[in-house]
Amino acid sequence: MQIPKSFLGFKRENGRAGTRNHVIILPVDDISNACAEAVANNIRGTIALPHSYGRLQFGADLELHFRTMIGTGRNPNVAAVIVIGIEPKWTKRIVDAIAKTGKPVEGFSIEGVGDIDTIAKVSKKAQEFSMWASEKQREECPISDLWISVKCGESDTTSGLASNPTVGNLMDKLEPLGVHLCFGETSELTGAEAVCAKRGKTKEAQDKFMKTWSSYNDFILKEATNDLSESQPTAGNIAGGLTTIEEKAFGNFQKIGTRKFIDVLEPAEEPTKGKGLYFMDTSSAAAECVTLQAAGGFNIHLFPTGQGNIIGNPIEPVIKLTANPLTAKTMSEHIDVDVSKILSREMNLDQAGDELIKSTIKVANGRLTCAEALGHKEFVMTKLYRSA
Amino acid sequence: MAKTDIIIHDKKDNVGVIVIEKVSKGQDCGCWIMEDDSSSKVKSGAEIPLGHKIALQDLKEGDTIIKYGHDIGKVVKSIKRGDHVHVHNVKTKKW
Repeated sequence: MQIPKSFLGFKRENGRAGTRNHVIILPVDDISNACAEAVANNIRGTIALPHSYGRLQFGADLELHFRTMIGTGRNPNVAAVIVIGIEPKWTKRIVDAIAKTGKPVEGFSIEGVGDIDTIAKVSKKAQEFSMWASEKQREECPISDLWISVKCGESDTTSGLASNPTVGNLMDKLEPLGVHLCFGETSELTGAEAVCAKRGKTKEAQDKFMKTWSSYNDFILKEATNDLSESQPTAGNIAGGLTTIEEKAFGNFQKIGTRKFIDVLEPAEEPTKGKGLYFMDTSSAAAECVTLQAAGGFNIHLFPTGQGNIIGNPIEPVIKLTANPLTAKTMSEHIDVDVSKILSREMNLDQAGDELIKSTIKVANGRLTCAEALGHKEFVMTKLYRSA
Repeated sequence: MAKTDIIIHDKKDNVGVIVIEKVSKGQDCGCWIMEDDSSSKVKSGAEIPLGHKIALQDLKEGDTIIKYGHDIGKVVKSIKRGDHVHVHNVKTKKW
């Protein structure tokens, strides 16, 4: 198949391109959710991103909170941003960092004003942003403007056999065209960590990966009461035939094809070393992982599933594929790409990879994913430890 | 092409994955080995559902299960060729 050289995206002020054109209302903290949601209810074309945190966090955990907030606002799928916090200081820090992209952004704080007057003020600004963004047109963008993140979920053995290798096939075909790629799931590489580390392009990348994985594994060993057998593999994984974390890890790892990663990113960190594959240190919980990758600037997501994970994200479209014929049948409204014919050998990996590329371009051009059509908007902050 | 009931990732693997809805006890199953596109046969010793693993050889306690050509865990209860391989007879070596 001739791989398309371009897609229709929204060109942003900083040179990036979006596959979506969202105006987001971003609460800095849990107690500003009500205000953000009220504004989004008032003004069409805006979405609120409520979440559970943002108060009394400190140290690395607070830095991650800021990085996630700022990265979400900076994502090229977002045309304009309104930030609402209880206090002005943290709100301003987020606004200033997003403003560096050149996109419209404005911050508001509730203290001393109250919800009702804040909602009135913010709604006026949100209306202005929404109408401004609605004028934006899709333009031809090179395929290298795609930043593709990947994460699998509710995996079973069909994931490792077929749907994850399909993603790997896509990576092998698209990486040479200059796209950015990202995989994560630190804990779910356990058992395959040594093999994965060898995929680092440089000694530095390899060492950084092992350091990241070891630190996660030490944490698991310290916190686990007995072992992780209640959560890794999950009950869904086990029902699907996965027996051990090692088996899950080798299946998971098929997603990167034969590629090598050039750097290891902190959670929600934006890559700065140019095109190619990155590993991001993330949880393996689907919504947390995709939220972090979106905050890292990735604008389209591929999600292979076995038993049928249903996740979506408010700003990054999530394309789901499965190779499990039962899941494809019983949960068809969640599956964008059915590659189950690989198992019956009516389709090979090369053909499946091509199908996935076609669907990825369609979604990049604006076709809704199943998760978008069904209203999935899981926005979940990763928290490193309890607040002060 | 013979019907494929089981897919095996790597020639070194001692387990394969059921890729049809289920295999019945005593069924002669066709296996496809992805690594070198070769075929083999195994008789199922149990009913095994889609996605679950079947043993390709006899294994005893302490043996290593190989899949993708790699170590994916240890045998904790002896297994006969054709048996269902899962959490009841295999455990992780991690954690």
